[in-house]
Amino acid sequence: MDNCLLQMKNIEKDYGGHKVLKGVDLSLKAGEIHCLLGENGAGKSTLMNILFGMEVIHSTGGYSGEILIDGKPVKITSPKEAMKANIGMVHQEFMLIPSFTITENIKLNREVTKHNPVSKVLGERLKTIDTKTMNADARRALDKLEINIEEYAEVAGLPVGHMQFVEIAREIDKTGLEILVFDEPTAVLTESEADNLLATMKKLAAEGIAILFITHRLDEVMEVSDEVTILRDGELVACKKTSDTSVEEIAELMVGRKVELNQKEKSSSEGDRKVLMDLKNLHVNMPGELVKGIDLSIYEGEILGIGGLAGQGKIGIANGVMGMYPTTGEISYNGETAPLNDTLEMLKKDVAFVSEDRRGVGLILDESIALNTVFTALKVKEKFIRNFKLFKMQDGKAITSHAEKMIKDFDIRCTGPFQNAGRLSGGNQQKVCIARALTQEPRILFISEPTRGIDIGAKKLVLDVLVRLNKELGMTIVITSSELAELRTISDRIAIVAEGKVAGILPPDASDAKYGLLMSGISDDPGKEEK
Amino acid sequence: MENKIKPQLRLQEKKDIKEILRQNIVVIIFTVLTVIGVILSDLPFHFMVRELVSRIGRNSFLVLSLIIPILAGVGLNFGIVVGAMAGQLGLIMVTYWGITGIPGILLTVLIATPVAVVLGWQTGVLFNKTKGQEMIAGLIVGYFANGLYQFVFLFLVGTLIPMKPGTPMVKPDGIGLRNTISLGSKHGEGMKYALDYVLQVNVWQLLIAAALALIAFKIIRNRKRGFKTPVASLIPNMILVVVSLVILLVPTFRMLANIKAPVVTWLLIVGLCLFNILIMKTKLGQDFKAIGRSQHIASVAGINVDQTRIIAVILSTVFASWGQIIFLQNIGTMNTYGSHMQVGMFSIAAILIGGASVTKANIWQALVGVILFHSVFIVSPTAGKVLFGDAQIGEFFRSFVVYGVIGVSLGLHAWKAATAKKKEETEE
Ligand SMILES: Nc1ncnc2c1ncn2[C@@H]1O[C@H](COP(=O)(O)OP(=O)(O)OP(=O)(O)O)[C@@H](O)[C@H]1O
Ligand SMILES: [Mg+2]
Repeated sequence: MDNCLLQMKNIEKDYGGHKVLKGVDLSLKAGEIHCLLGENGAGKSTLMNILFGMEVIHSTGGYSGEILIDGKPVKITSPKEAMKANIGMVHQEFMLIPSFTITENIKLNREVTKHNPVSKVLGERLKTIDTKTMNADARRALDKLEINIEEYAEVAGLPVGHMQFVEIAREIDKTGLEILVFDEPTAVLTESEADNLLATMKKLAAEGIAILFITHRLDEVMEVSDEVTILRDGELVACKKTSDTSVEEIAELMVGRKVELNQKEKSSSEGDRKVLMDLKNLHVNMPGELVKGIDLSIYEGEILGIGGLAGQGKIGIANGVMGMYPTTGEISYNGETAPLNDTLEMLKKDVAFVSEDRRGVGLILDESIALNTVFTALKVKEKFIRNFKLFKMQDGKAITSHAEKMIKDFDIRCTGPFQNAGRLSGGNQQKVCIARALTQEPRILFISEPTRGIDIGAKKLVLDVLVRLNKELGMTIVITSSELAELRTISDRIAIVAEGKVAGILPPDASDAKYGLLMSGISDDPGKEEK
Repeated sequence: MENKIKPQLRLQEKKDIKEILRQNIVVIIFTVLTVIGVILSDLPFHFMVRELVSRIGRNSFLVLSLIIPILAGVGLNFGIVVGAMAGQLGLIMVTYWGITGIPGILLTVLIATPVAVVLGWQTGVLFNKTKGQEMIAGLIVGYFANGLYQFVFLFLVGTLIPMKPGTPMVKPDGIGLRNTISLGSKHGEGMKYALDYVLQVNVWQLLIAAALALIAFKIIRNRKRGFKTPVASLIPNMILVVVSLVILLVPTFRMLANIKAPVVTWLLIVGLCLFNILIMKTKLGQDFKAIGRSQHIASVAGINVDQTRIIAVILSTVFASWGQIIFLQNIGTMNTYGSHMQVGMFSIAAILIGGASVTKANIWQALVGVILFHSVFIVSPTAGKVLFGDAQIGEFFRSFVVYGVIGVSLGLHAWKAATAKKKEETEE
C-alpha cells in the first residue's frame, strides 16, 4: 500500500459524547475517483472536515486516528494547513462571500498580486491586487467548466447551480492540487450540469488529481468512480472496486435493507377539476433562471410536476409566485388576485414553499429542530400558541410532540427534538426544511428539488409523505425537479419548461421521446395538453 | 450554455429617489440642521468659514483613522482613545524637553508611534477575545487605559519619574502634571501650530489649484485608458473653481477671501485619504474586506482572521495617535486628563453623521461628516442663544447631537441586523 497518496487510519470522532465516526479507514491513490457513500448523518462530511482541518472539528475536541500523505504522518489542524498539503475542498454548504464578485471568490486568499514600491520594502501583503490577471484566471477556470457567467458579476443573486460551479472553479483554479474533496456538489445541480461536472472530474483525475466524491446519486457513482467506500452510522461497512459492485448492492450496504421506489396510482377524479391557482403571463427576473411569460393552471388536489433543463426557467416559477425575485404578470389564487412580490402575504394565504436553495440557509442553526419545524407556522399562522387573552405563549408540549412526529416521519437522524439544527448533517437539515413547510399545513405546496442531497432510503420516505398528504388532506403540490424519473413517479401532470415558457404538459406515462422533444423546446402544439 | 448571465441590477440596487433619500437620511437631516443653524445664528459668515477651515484641519485625520476597522468588520473603534493617549504622551515629553517646530513634531511622532503600535496590538488581541462586542470592549479599553494614564501622570510623575524642579507643567507640589498644559501661545513658541504654520496658503487659491489638478488627473487617466472624459464629470470641479474665483475677486467677499489654510496639515489628511484608498487595492485590503464580510469563510480560505483584525486595529490606533498630535498642535493647550477622552465619541459621531455605518465607511463620508458635525458645532451656541436666549442650551444641543447620533445609529444597526435575519427566516 505504499503507492497511496492519502491514508486515513482508524479515524474516530465524537461530538460531545455522541460518537459519529467509529474507526474509519480510507485510502486514496493519485488519479482515482473515490466515492464516499452513506445515509444522511452517516459521517461523510465529518470525515472530510477532519481531512480539511475544519474548525468545527478542533473546537469540539479534535479527532483520533492517523492521517498519512505520501506515507508520512501529518497533523492538519486548520484549512490553511490542508491547503498547504495540496488538499482542496468543495464544502457541502456554500463558502462564498455574496457581495464579492465571482473572481474575488474564486481567488479568495489566492489573489494575484504585483509588486509596488511600498511592498518591496514592507512585504508581500502590501502588493497590489492584479484584477486583470485574476479575471483572466477566473475566466479560464469557468471556461474549463463550460460555464458562461461573467466573472465580474456579484455572487449574490446567482442561481444555486452557478454558485456551485463558482466553488468548483475556485478549487480547479488552484495549482499543485493533489487531493480534491467534493462534498455533494451535484446536490444542487441539474442533471445536465451534473454531467458536465462529472466530465470535469474525469478530466481532473486524468491529470493525476485524486478525487473524493460524496453523492447520493448512485448512477453518478457507477459512472465516474473507481472505488467506493461506504459508511453506515459512522462505521466502515465496505470498501470496494466500483466494477465489482452494483447500484443495488451499494444501496443495500448503505441502508442495511432493500429499497425500491414504486409508482403512484393514478388520481381518481379526472372530471371537473377546480383551478386553485392560475398564472398568467408570469415573468420572473431570476438570474440564470428567467421566466419569460408563463401561463399555467394548477388544479385543486393535484400533484403538478415541473421539469425542464437547467437555466430554462423551471426553478424561477415557484420563486416568482412566492415573491423571492422581482415578478410581473398575474396570479389568481382561489378566485382572487394574489399579491405579487409579497412573500409574507403568500405564506398567510396558506401557500408554502420549500426552496431549491436550502443548504444551510433558511434554518436558524442555533435553535432546536423543534423550533425550526414550527417556526413558519408559529409566526405566520399563530399555530402552537396558547392564547391566554392577556398574553400568548408557545405551547411547548405540542411543539415537542409535533417535532417528534416529524422526526419519525422523515427519519431525521438526531439526538432528539432539542438538538440544534446546526448540529445536523446536511441531508437531515433539508428534511427539517421540508418538515417546516408541511407544518404550515398549506393548501398548496411549492416544493423544489425535494430529494436533492437526501439519501436513497430517505428519498422514498419524502416522496411517500408528499403523496400521502396529497391523498389524505387533498394538499395541492407543485413539485419542481430536475430528475424526471422522480417527477414521473408521483405527479399527475408534468409541465416542461423551455426558454422561460411552458413547452407543453404531459402525463407521467408519456414516452421518453415526447419528453425529450419538449425539453429541447420543440413543441408542435404549444400549451396544448396531451391526453 | 444558452443564456449568458450578465451582472444584473438586483432589486435593492435599483435605487429610486425614495431609496436614495432613505439611505442618506442622516446626511440630509444634518445638512438641514446646519442650514437652519447658519441662518439663525447671527455669526458673520466669514467667521464660520474660517472656524470650519481650521476645524477640518484639526479633526479630519482622527475621523479618517476610523475607516479601516469598519471595513475589516471590527466596527466603530472606540479604542482610538488609546491612540490619542500615545500622541499626548509624545507631546508631553517633547514639550518638557522644550523641542519645538518640525523637529518637535517628528520626535513626537517617533515617540507616539511605537507606543500606539503596542497599545493597538493589545487592543486588537482583546477585540479578538470579545468578538461581536468590540465596541463595548473598545469603550472599556479607553477607560482602563485612562486609569493607567492618570496613574502615570498624576502619581508617578515627580515621584518615580524625576522632573526638573520648577517645570511649568508640573503641579506646584512637584507631583503630577497640571490639568492643562500650554503648548505655546503662538507659533514658534512651543508645539502650537508647529505643523499648521509651516505653510499657510489662501484657501481659495488652494482649492482652485486642487480642482484644476484633479481635472488634469482625470483627463490624463482617461486618455491613458483610451476614452474621452465626459465634460459632465468635471462640472463639480469647475463649479469649485468658479466659486473660489468669485470669492477672491469680488470685493463684497473681502472678509472671506483672506482665509488661510494649513497646507501641510491638509496634505497629511489627503495622504491618509490616499492611504485608505490604496490599501484597499492591496492583498491586505482585500483580506480586510473578506474578514469584514465573513470571518468564517475567510478563515476556511486560509486567511489568518485574528491577525488581520489586529493589523486593522494597530493601523487605526497609530493614525489616531498622529491625529491627536495634529489636533493638539492646532488647539495649543492640552487638557491633560480630558483631551483624549472625547476623541472617540466625537470622531465616531462625525463619521456617522457623514453617512457611514458600523459596517460601511469611506473617505467621503468621513470628510462630509467632519464638515457637517463641526458646522453644527460652530453654530449651535449662537443659534441656541437666538432661539432660547441662552447659549448654554446650544451647548446642550451639541452633546445631545454627539450622543444622540451614536445611539441612533447603533440602534439602527441592531434593527437592520434583526430585520435582515427575520427576512431570511420568513422568506424560506
Ligand atoms: N457540529 C456538530 N455538532 C454535533 N453533532 C454534529 C455536528 N455536525 C454533525 N454532527 C453529527 O454528526 C453525524 C454525522 O454528520 P455528517 O455531517 O458527517 O453526516 P453526512 O454523512 O455528511 O450526512 P449528509 O449526507 O446528510 O450530509 C450526524 O449525526 C450529525 O448529527
Ligand atoms: Mg454531509
